[in-house]
Amino acid sequence: MYTSISDGIDGNANGGDEREQAFNARLDRAMKIEPSDWMPEAYRKTLVRQISQHAHSEIVGMLPEGNWITRAPSLHRKLILLAKVQDEAGHGLYLYSAGETLGTPRDEMVAALHSGKAKYSSIFNYPTLAWADVGAIGWLVDGAAIINQIPLTRCSYGPYARAMVRICKEESFHQRQGFEIMWTLAHGTTAQHAMAQDALDRWWWPSVMMFGPPDSESTHNEQSQRWRIKLFTNDELRRKFIDQTVPQSEKLGLRIPDPQLRWNERTQHYEIGPIDWEEFYRVIKGDGPCNKDRLQTRIDAWEDGAWVREAATEHARKRAERSDAA
Amino acid sequence: MTKGWPQWEVFVRSEAGLAHKHVGSLHAADVRMALENARDLYTRRNEGVSIWVVRSEDVHATDPDEAEAFFEPSEDKRYRFPTSYHVPEGVEHL
Repeated sequence: MYTSISDGIDGNANGGDEREQAFNARLDRAMKIEPSDWMPEAYRKTLVRQISQHAHSEIVGMLPEGNWITRAPSLHRKLILLAKVQDEAGHGLYLYSAGETLGTPRDEMVAALHSGKAKYSSIFNYPTLAWADVGAIGWLVDGAAIINQIPLTRCSYGPYARAMVRICKEESFHQRQGFEIMWTLAHGTTAQHAMAQDALDRWWWPSVMMFGPPDSESTHNEQSQRWRIKLFTNDELRRKFIDQTVPQSEKLGLRIPDPQLRWNERTQHYEIGPIDWEEFYRVIKGDGPCNKDRLQTRIDAWEDGAWVREAATEHARKRAERSDAA
Repeated sequence: MTKGWPQWEVFVRSEAGLAHKHVGSLHAADVRMALENARDLYTRRNEGVSIWVVRSEDVHATDPDEAEAFFEPSEDKRYRFPTSYHVPEGVEHL
């Protein structure tokens, strides 16, 4: 008659054709799927993979920027960066929370990250060499993330869609603060302008690659679009990013590092030079500039924090015991 | 791996006069930590004036598979709605 929301997935494993039809009918009517609704195992599995990868990206994404918190050029910039990095932690937690509604405990998702089984966005395997990189990340990386994430606010899985609404609201501050850093540097001294240009030169192509392999090589597109957990293809999202970012670079007075970049009057889109997919796959497979360092930092944080988790558990147990005795 | 902290559901009252609304979940060792984590996680931008936390295992819900039968009794009672009554022309304040 009733169910507990924390074990709401009982008995869902063996769905018949009838349930699958009902599920598909809901998708066709653009209705949301909620945690205790029946869903195909493949849908559940794909969502856990997608949501947890997304969560891991937010968590690992704190590291490149966190690198600059102690060296931000002013107290104002330091406060902004602290707030931004705290938001990224929040985004990771909203997403783990959404992932847990599918029946996978957070600790299990985190363990998959630490063992190298789960992936995170390859962009965070690049180093932040200068202060301008913090600007470039906010402007380009968060800009790309927004384009990826806005459609997901309409995805079929309720908890994921709701987490995305929250995240998108906060991302817009991230992108603007990054653009403002770039604007300040681009309009500063010659050396500052050069620093901004150098950051754009290094972050442009990795940002373009953030949308994933070209549609011709992407394996998940069709099924995920049917399930409405991916609403646009990689290439569609990438084109949107380029179309909106190139004019912004012109306003900044910075040069996109692509000699073949040009506006196509007929298609009303920009055309870009070839993307170095070999680099993309190399970084994904673990051979980027910072892969080992990023993962080790996460593992160390988890292991070094073990005593805190244990102490809090023990403290809670003792307090409960005392209140029982009273 | 030690056993993780229990999971809590978080409800936030966004302003005085409104009901608490479910916003998500988190993990915490006890009530106090759950409330403080909920503040840090779900109200970083003045989203709330009050927070409830409830252990996830203590929230019980209707079974979606039985929703049709469970909610059926209210579906065929149109007479509970004011729109199912005819109001003669010219009659006001009804």
